[in-house]
Amino acid sequence: MRICVVGCGAVGSLFAANLGRLDEVEVWAYDVSPAHVDAINANGLRLIGADDVVGHVRATTDATALPSCDFGIVATKAMHTETAVAAAAHAFAGGAVASVQNGVGNEEAIARHVERVIRGTTFPAGKILEPGVVQWDVKGDTTLGPFEPSPAAREEIERLADACTRAGMPTHAVSDARPAQWRKVIFNAATNPIGALTGLTHGQVCERPDLRALVSALVDEGKAVAAAQDIALDADPEELIDHAARPDVAYGHKASMLQDVEAHRTTEIDFLNGGIARFGRELGVPTPLNDAVTQLVKALEDSWI
Amino acid sequence: MIERVCVIGAGTIGSLFAGHLAQVADVSVLTRRREHAEALSSGGLSVRGRSELEAEVVATDDPAALPEFELGIVACKATDLESVASRLAGRFPAATLVTVQNGLGAEEVVRRHGDWELISAITFMSGTRHSDTEVEYVLDTPTWLGPYGDTPFERVEQVAALVVTAGLRAEAFRDLRPAQWSKLIFNATVNGVAALAGLPHDFHFAAEEEPTDLGRLVRALTDEGKATTVAAGVGLHDDPWEMNVLATKRGSSHRPSMLEDVEARRPTEVEFINGALVREAERFGVPAPLQRAVYALVQGKEASYS
Repeated sequence: MRICVVGCGAVGSLFAANLGRLDEVEVWAYDVSPAHVDAINANGLRLIGADDVVGHVRATTDATALPSCDFGIVATKAMHTETAVAAAAHAFAGGAVASVQNGVGNEEAIARHVERVIRGTTFPAGKILEPGVVQWDVKGDTTLGPFEPSPAAREEIERLADACTRAGMPTHAVSDARPAQWRKVIFNAATNPIGALTGLTHGQVCERPDLRALVSALVDEGKAVAAAQDIALDADPEELIDHAARPDVAYGHKASMLQDVEAHRTTEIDFLNGGIARFGRELGVPTPLNDAVTQLVKALEDSWI
Repeated sequence: MIERVCVIGAGTIGSLFAGHLAQVADVSVLTRRREHAEALSSGGLSVRGRSELEAEVVATDDPAALPEFELGIVACKATDLESVASRLAGRFPAATLVTVQNGLGAEEVVRRHGDWELISAITFMSGTRHSDTEVEYVLDTPTWLGPYGDTPFERVEQVAALVVTAGLRAEAFRDLRPAQWSKLIFNATVNGVAALAGLPHDFHFAAEEEPTDLGRLVRALTDEGKATTVAAGVGLHDDPWEMNVLATKRGSSHRPSMLEDVEARRPTEVEFINGALVREAERFGVPAPLQRAVYALVQGKEASYS
């Protein structure tokens, strides 16, 4: 089996390195960072933290060098999906491609270039420490299912999930991956922009009653958009939010969008709140607060130019 | 005839009043910092920009050392008003005090500390303070004044006339509330959004083409404010959305004070501006979820620096 990870940042590296441990899987990684790619080719891709792993991975910055693959796993930041998948699409002419990215709208972008698409949501997290070395912060499950308008076959989704699970990344193949995806996007969209706009950690946001109420109001809009698509969330995002606010969980965590804002990097707002608002518009569900935070964060991005 | 004026608080607005009024009256200045008072008393105050003026003033940081005055212009920030008013308590009972703070409620704060004759005012002029003794007069937009409580309108007209004689623009209104509300809604919206988005008041605030354009939020925020005035039975002097659009077309984009405050990690006037609007909306039963969100977010941003 040949699998190519598209976008070998922290999450992509977790998949690539773990899959690279399996004898029967040939793992490729397509990434734009020459330093990361060179280090991976020289020393293997190393994970430390939640588990210590060195995976054998063939990395390239040149999409034309990719051989044809059975599977793609797209792990770029959401705003780079279109460009990255367009460049690598030739490798997936006979394969299926999964998104394990944040937000909603990634599968739609992938499907513009690839025939069989897998909807995915993943919870493990980490960060790149140096080229070729990634800190694995949190273990977690991955859910894969068909992207309904342009689905991969059930059998191949199961084959990919099985490989990931055997590699140490527990993955469930399901017939409907939307409940897990919408639970995660609603969680992220309700918490990330509040951290990004205020500079507060997750726990600090949750202990201010007025901000916690704003978080809930954002959650409620997301739930209404999910309900309009007949998606029954697999868990209540509110519980995840309160759980994460505990001092022993993620009280002091700065949302990734806040980290982006502090580094003046483009955020994933278009695929989080912007994505929820876009689905809301198409479905006739009003999302005034998701619209508002999208407008504010996009304006904030413009303030760095 | 008003011959002795005291300017209380010498930030940008206070300095502009002091520099101009010193041309037509004896001006004293009450500052927060002693070194500021000393610099003003020894070197005077320079105004540049729309006016080129040198002003002699008597400045002190001690209310007990202030000379008598007939007119006091209270120009400190809303966040300092409570402590400033308490320091004036029991002094200058015959003076008329003018409050020019942003937001709502400044008159009530001052009233709690004394029975002075009060005039409500809002000012649209803007400037930049270059040092303790130098201020640049940037926008020569007017100051509007109106009676508060039992203050006779004639007194308001006298004060407005004095300000005009000094070279500033001013107008007396029999009822200032419609103008106060226009400015409150404008300020809550533009200051709050600028502080969160990190943007000066530029073209973004009027852009409405795309669903993600900032102008859509600005319009929705002004609509919530307007709905509140309808419920409160107060008319508006100017449409806050139109004020916003007009201001973005001025060419040079203004940096709202709340943006400057968050960039300097200072306390903002959010409580007096956005807080006041949200409380009024609540009082009249008007839903204002977006104004409430901006209010909560700016407060959260302030909390992040401590």
